[in-house]
Amino acid sequence: MNEAIAASGRRVQRVSRLTRILESEKVLATALLGPGVIILLVFIAYPFVMALWYSLTSIRVGDAGQFVGLANFSKAIQDTIFQQAFKNTVFYTFWATIFKLALGMWLALLLNRHFRFKRIVRASMLLPFIIPTVLSAFAWRWMFDPTFSVMNWALYHGGLITDRLPFLSSGDWAMWCAVVVNTWRGMPFFAITLLAGLQTISPDLHEAAALDGANAWHRFWHVTWPLLLPVTLVVVVFSVIQTFSDFQLIYVLTGGGPANSTHLIATYAYQIGVGSGLLGEGAALSLFMFPVLFAVVWVQLRYLKRMDNA
Amino acid sequence: MARITRRKFLQYSGAAGMAGILASHRAPVFAQANQVHILRWNDFVPAADKVLREVFAPEVQKALGIKLNVETINANDIPARATSSIQSGNGPDIIMVLNNYPHLYASAAVDVSALADEVGKAQGGIYDANAQLNRVGGKWVAMPWSVVPACVAYRKSWFEEAGAKSFPKTWKEYHEVGKKLKAAKHPIGQTLGNTFGDAPTFTYPLLWSYGGQEVDAKGKVVLDSKETVESVRFMAQFWKDAHDEGGLAWDDSNNNRAFLSGDISASLNGASIYVAALNGADKFKTEKGAPLHTDIAHSLLPAGPKGQHAYHTAFNHMVMKYSKNAKGAIEFLRWAHKKENYEKWFTVQKGFAVGPTKEWENHPMWKNDPVMAPFRTAPQAQKRLMGYQGQPNQKAAEAWNKFIVTVMYAQACSGKSKPEEAVKWAAGELGKIYTGA
Repeated sequence: MNEAIAASGRRVQRVSRLTRILESEKVLATALLGPGVIILLVFIAYPFVMALWYSLTSIRVGDAGQFVGLANFSKAIQDTIFQQAFKNTVFYTFWATIFKLALGMWLALLLNRHFRFKRIVRASMLLPFIIPTVLSAFAWRWMFDPTFSVMNWALYHGGLITDRLPFLSSGDWAMWCAVVVNTWRGMPFFAITLLAGLQTISPDLHEAAALDGANAWHRFWHVTWPLLLPVTLVVVVFSVIQTFSDFQLIYVLTGGGPANSTHLIATYAYQIGVGSGLLGEGAALSLFMFPVLFAVVWVQLRYLKRMDNA
Repeated sequence: MARITRRKFLQYSGAAGMAGILASHRAPVFAQANQVHILRWNDFVPAADKVLREVFAPEVQKALGIKLNVETINANDIPARATSSIQSGNGPDIIMVLNNYPHLYASAAVDVSALADEVGKAQGGIYDANAQLNRVGGKWVAMPWSVVPACVAYRKSWFEEAGAKSFPKTWKEYHEVGKKLKAAKHPIGQTLGNTFGDAPTFTYPLLWSYGGQEVDAKGKVVLDSKETVESVRFMAQFWKDAHDEGGLAWDDSNNNRAFLSGDISASLNGASIYVAALNGADKFKTEKGAPLHTDIAHSLLPAGPKGQHAYHTAFNHMVMKYSKNAKGAIEFLRWAHKKENYEKWFTVQKGFAVGPTKEWENHPMWKNDPVMAPFRTAPQAQKRLMGYQGQPNQKAAEAWNKFIVTVMYAQACSGKSKPEEAVKWAAGELGKIYTGA
C-alpha cells in the first residue's frame, strides 16, 4: 500500500516537472519546432547541399569524381540544348501563368455568383487539379497523338481541316500544347483561391460603387482588383514556382521532343543527370532554377512584409 | 532474475538494430533467402515476360532454390532506375541495360567473364558487336542476353502498287517509292523522337551509309563533313516527300500502332509489328479482309553511296555490385542461358529477339516462317557501333543517350534548321562530349 502511494507520488512529481519544463516558452518552442526543422534539414537542406556539392564535382554514376569548380556551370551555359531549355522554361512559365490567372479570375467571378448546382460545379472544377498529373498528361498525350488524335479526327470530320495538325510533332505547337495542358491543370487552383478572396470582399462596397454609377468593369477594376491583389500575388508566386520547376507534364507529354524543342530545365537536368548518369552536370543544370525561384520568393516575402507594415 | 518488460525489450532491440544499421551503412534486408530481383523492360512480345514469370520463376525455384522476382518497366526509364539504384546502393540484383550502357555503369557491375566465356564456348561464340558492347577493360561487365534486329516491316501489296516488286535496294529508290506511297495516302512511318530504339537504329545506319561518322580512329570528332550534310539533306527531303511527319513525336510504340491500323506502309522496327499481326490474325486485317501478317515482309535498310549498314539493339544483363546475392544472380543467369531453358523464352519471341550467340541461328524455329528470315542472321551484318570509328565507350553512350545524331536529323526534317546548321550543331555537341571543349 505504502509502495503504491510512493509510486503514484513519484509519477505526479515527474508530470509536474515535465509541465514545468514545458511552461518555459523556449523549451516548448524548441519542442514544437524540432520535428519540422528536422524534416526540413533531412529532406530539403541535405539534398540541396548535396546538389550544390555535386554541381562542383565531376561525379557520374558509380564514380565519385573530383572537384571541378564551376566547370559544370560554364559547360551548361555553353550548352545549346540548355539555352533552349531555359528559354522554354521562361516561355512556358510566363504564358501558362498569364492564362491561368486570366481564366482563373474569370472562373472565380462566375462561381462567385448564385446559380443552381453551384456547389457541384465548384467541386467538379477541382477535378483537373486532383487527378495525378501523370495520368492527365497521358490522357492529353493521347488527345494530341500524331496519328490517332481525337481532336484531329473531330476537326477533320467536321470539315475544318484537310491535314492533321502537328500538335506534338512541331516544336512550336508542342510547346503551346504543354502550355494548354498546364493551364487546364493549374486553373482550378487559381479559381478556388481567388474565389476565396472574392468572398471576403464586402458586397456593400459593390453596392456603393453601383449607386455611384460604376459599371461592371469599373466595379471590378476599382473595387474587386485592388482588394484581391494580395491573394492574387500569393497565388501567382506559388504558380510561378511550380510551373518553373515543372517536370512531370513535359516528361510524359513530349519527353522534351521533338528535336529537344520542349525541354524544360528540370527535364533536361533529369536527362543528363539521371538518364545519362552525369550527376554533377545534372545538378549544375538544375541549380540554374535556384536564382530565379529565389528572386520570386524574395519579391513575395518583401511584398507580404510591406502589407504587414501597412 | 531481472524481469525484462516489453518496453525494455523494444528499447534494447531497437538500439541494437540501429547500431547494426549504422555500423554496416546499410538498411536491414528482410527475407535474405536466395532471392534474385531482375529488372527488365516491358517486352514488346508480352508472351516473353509471361515465360519469365510463369515458367522461369517456378522452374529456377525448383532447380536452384532461387526465388525469382521479375520486375518490368518502360525501356526508356531503365537508365534512371539504374542510376538511382547504383547511387543508393540498393535495388535489383540484375538490371537489363541496352546497347553500350555497360560502359556507362561498368564500375558498378560484377565481373561475369566466366559466365560469358562458358556460354560463348558452348554456343558457337557471342557476336563480336555484343562482345564489344559488354567488355570493358578486358572484363565482361554484363552478359549479353539477346539482340533485337531492326528490319523494315513493309506492306507488300502497297509497295507493289507503287511499282516496287521487292524492297528498294538503295535510299534513292526508297525515296522514289516513298513519294508514290505518300501520294497514295500510305506514307512511310519512322520515329525521329527522343526514344531508345527505332530512332537511333535508323539514324546511325543512315549516317554511316552516306559515309558520315562521329569520330575518326583517333577519337577526333569528324561529324561535320560533306557526307554527313549530304545524308541530312537527303533525309529532310525524304521526310517531306515520303513520311508521316508526325513521326517527329513518336516513341518506339507509335509506329506499331500506326502500322497495325493501316496508317503507314513501312517502318523500321523489331519484328514486333509482324508478331502482333501474327498473334492477332483475326483482329488485324488488310483493306481486302486478309490477315494483315500475310501482307507483311521484312528487309534490312537500303544502301547508301558508302554501303549498307544496320544497328541492332543489344539487351544485356548486368549483375550489380551492390547486390547482396550476386552469386545467386550469376547462378540464375547461368541456368537461364542453358539451351533447354533459354529456348523456352527464345521460341515465344518468334524471331523478334535473337540469341546472343551464333548457335541460335540454327534453331528449327527459323524454318517455320520465311517472313522472319532476315532476322535470323541480322546480327552478323552489324559491322559498326555507336561512336564509330572510335570505341563504343562511355562517350559514345553519352552521345547516344543525348540523341545527338537523331536530333540532328530531326532538326532538319522539322525545318527548324538547315542541314548544314543541324550538322554543325551536332558536331559541336559531340565535341563537348569527346573533348570537353
